[in-house]
Amino acid sequence: MASEVEKKAVFDIDSAKEVVQELRASFVAGKTKDYEWRRTQLKAMLKMMDENEPQIVAALRDDLSKPELESSIYEIAMLKNSCKLALKKMKHWMMPEKAKTSLATFPSSAEIVSEPLGVVLVISAWNYPFLLSLDPVIGAIAAGNAIVLKPSEISPATASLLAKLVANYMDSSCIKVVEGAVPETTALLEQKWDKIMYTGNGRIARIVMAAAAKHLTPVVLELGGKCPVIVDSGINLQVATRRIIAGKWGCNNGQACISPDYIITTKDYAVELVDSFKCELELFYGKNPLESKDLSRVVNSNHFARLLKLLDEDKVSSKIVYGGERDKSNLKIAPTVLLDVPQDSLIMNEEIFGPLLPIITIDKVEDSFDLITSGTKPLAAYMFTNNKKLKEKFVEKVSAGGLVINDTTIHLAEPTLPFGGVGDSGMGAYHGKFSFDTFSHKKAVLYRSFAGDAPLRYPPYTNGKLRLLKALLGGSILGIIRALMGWSKA
Amino acid sequence: MLSSMEKSIAELRETFKNGGTKSISWRKSQLKALLQLINQNEDSIFKALDQDLGKSPVESYRDEVGVLKKSVTYTLSCLEKWVAPKKAEVPLLFFPAKAEVMPQPLGVVLIFSSWNFPFTLALDPLIGAISAGNTVLLKPSDLAPACMSFLVETIPKYLDNKAVKVLAGGADIGERLLQLKWDKIFFTGSPRVGRLVMAAAAKHLTPVTLELGGKSPAIVDTLSTTPSKAKVTAKRIVGGKWGPCTGQACIAIDYVLVEEKLASTLIELLKKTIKRFYGENIKSLKNISRIVNKHQFQRLVNLLKDPNVADSIVYGGSVDEEKLVIEPTILLDPPLDSEIMSEEIFGPLLPIITLKNIEESINFINSKSNPLVIYAFTEDDTFKKRILSETSSGTVTFNDSMVQFLCDSLPFGGVGQSGFGRYHGKYSFDTFSHEKSIMHRGFYPEIEPRYPPWTDFKLLFLKLAYQFDYFGLILLLLGFKRS
Repeated sequence: MASEVEKKAVFDIDSAKEVVQELRASFVAGKTKDYEWRRTQLKAMLKMMDENEPQIVAALRDDLSKPELESSIYEIAMLKNSCKLALKKMKHWMMPEKAKTSLATFPSSAEIVSEPLGVVLVISAWNYPFLLSLDPVIGAIAAGNAIVLKPSEISPATASLLAKLVANYMDSSCIKVVEGAVPETTALLEQKWDKIMYTGNGRIARIVMAAAAKHLTPVVLELGGKCPVIVDSGINLQVATRRIIAGKWGCNNGQACISPDYIITTKDYAVELVDSFKCELELFYGKNPLESKDLSRVVNSNHFARLLKLLDEDKVSSKIVYGGERDKSNLKIAPTVLLDVPQDSLIMNEEIFGPLLPIITIDKVEDSFDLITSGTKPLAAYMFTNNKKLKEKFVEKVSAGGLVINDTTIHLAEPTLPFGGVGDSGMGAYHGKFSFDTFSHKKAVLYRSFAGDAPLRYPPYTNGKLRLLKALLGGSILGIIRALMGWSKA
Repeated sequence: MLSSMEKSIAELRETFKNGGTKSISWRKSQLKALLQLINQNEDSIFKALDQDLGKSPVESYRDEVGVLKKSVTYTLSCLEKWVAPKKAEVPLLFFPAKAEVMPQPLGVVLIFSSWNFPFTLALDPLIGAISAGNTVLLKPSDLAPACMSFLVETIPKYLDNKAVKVLAGGADIGERLLQLKWDKIFFTGSPRVGRLVMAAAAKHLTPVTLELGGKSPAIVDTLSTTPSKAKVTAKRIVGGKWGPCTGQACIAIDYVLVEEKLASTLIELLKKTIKRFYGENIKSLKNISRIVNKHQFQRLVNLLKDPNVADSIVYGGSVDEEKLVIEPTILLDPPLDSEIMSEEIFGPLLPIITLKNIEESINFINSKSNPLVIYAFTEDDTFKKRILSETSSGTVTFNDSMVQFLCDSLPFGGVGQSGFGRYHGKYSFDTFSHEKSIMHRGFYPEIEPRYPPWTDFKLLFLKLAYQFDYFGLILLLLGFKRS
């Protein structure tokens, strides 16, 4: 039966094997390939969200103290949109794509057919535990796969809720949630999957990819990095500041893979920028931000300790220009801005993933590009400027998963843009049709007829055949005629 | 050796960092130079292929030189289009905004090529890597030594040495290369080594494309049509087995599936065609490659050692160890658990497996791991649909063999154990690129509800906004909706 395996006391290698076997049987039986099945599952997911919004918001509050608005909009509403888009476009995505054929294979016709990969594993993260679990699952369902979802144990309330809801609303013979931590994930990673999608950090990503290598399983790795924001002068500073705040503290209090990590601005502009932050932060979160209900907390004491270590490092603690207050019992750190931290500080050498925002100053805005490219490629990079040339240079020079000019994080909501990293920030992409594609195999199909069997393909090989072959592969009709007439050289 | 290798890679990285490979004019000049290299050295290339594999000039042109020329020419004609950013639609909510996807080179890439098509499998990926703006280290296979030497000596004469390097050597060099950090690794070879490559890449989070192999079957359902179609079927099967490097090709037909009652007809047709193409016997063998080396020769001979397998030989079976030649050999129903039916053959031995009903071929194929190609000779449209929807392979080709390789518009790659990732045509460009998303926004108008402090009004506003319910938004703003 459906959740027998999950109810077992220990989820070990054998349990993992059983789960995969069951899903593979369902897949081979053709259950998930059926268009109607995919539609029903996606509709069930929508219903699940409609009927359980308060519970989802409550679980997110438990795990992250996430404000209701963030939960409703950045997790639930975004997921609903993703689901609706898949429902609307799925039939179209599933259609074969015609491909052009050339003279070399005339007469023939060709197409590219999308087929599901099979049984896939989705490992999600703790910061947007609902969205990052189900958004990939939407893609996997739309593409016709059977799925195991392994939500993060660092957001346990959401993980439990997901396990319960998915079992109640969706087809458990094809979609399962496996809860647990390292041992359970390891057991899952030992199995042979047709695709693994992992959202998280680089250290675990290496382990996931190494495990996948044993079975030649392709992977999508959605990681992170230090997402920089370059702030030029001559802009609408208030709007820019607000957008940075919205992308930083408005996104799970900086605990998001595409949150602005640090700012680069000119020495001349820094003071104005800092003042603008002070002003807007107070407008948003009040004089006592530790009491604000509009900020998530730091997820757990490990991360709290990690962030304090970054903040309290000697060469850094003196650079705080705003904030710095902390409340250990409630795992809260106030929005904190730092100015001119040294490049070799801890805070500038790891992804912050929290409410601390260092500002680095340089002489000219152009210097920021080299600064960014000297580090590893981030998931996103942002720039606020009205200077056309700088925009062009930014786009040309900075390699990142995605770029936004004059805003932050918003490209996440754009389903026509592939969302993914490059280099250390990951490989592969999803959202919208890219989700469907990432969980599909694009099978090339060539239809040939029996007419037109050129003897020049076959032995005995002669100079005449060589001439013809050259002409045929060269693609020119005139060349072919000349070869046939014996007018070209071999 | 080690330090000169690291120096080379450092130079490649420096060249990339300084933008040496970014401009379209650089990429085009390199591609044109590659075309020149091929045009001006055709005879040397034919000679090297003959030396390493016994390939005749026609086979070499058809499978290597011609393919590469076509690939470079096609890439040159499409490059400007491929490099251009693609616009993406933006919903009204974000107005004014512009969104696009821009391809960017990955950086320094490593290409491992195989010995059976030592030019195509080295230079075709190279074309993709250069067209996408990367610097490249090419490591050809030392099992085709003359071809490898040719590449090592000739590429530096035509291409930009600071951006494209060729390294000679064997497995040990390959291992050392895998320890280093690359921005992409492109590997053509066996699943066994594919695993090692991916495991090494995992340490640096390097994306990989693995072009592997498998047992590519040919389903034959056209023998009871017209005699001419049956003859063409036989020719295409023979051409698809022994034509490419005497069966040593990832897309060669590995084995045939046919209905019992048609087996003898098929075998007779195949025998006739083999004799016509390649000669009457091993002594008069012509127009066919040889086995690459003693190790592969021995491996293939061993496949025939099993007495039950040897008993199933219905044509051929003779070998010449000195010349490293095995004549085209046909087997009828060797035991299904024999090595010849469980390993990728990669040689001139063709098992024919008979079935009561040709539809059983689908289950038969599904009992093995996903192949690179499935060939199906059939005119039954229902059967074609079944094959497409009930089997999984990199490619499916109906009523022919091998030619899918020539289609620049079809992605060439595997699935499951036959690999992942793809190339050819624009797919080569894409496989060596990162598709960067870019969104441009204006400072106006501002959507206030984006910002805290949060209120019920803002919540409702955003809910409507996310549903793109513009009418609802207007109502809300006019005060006709309650929050």
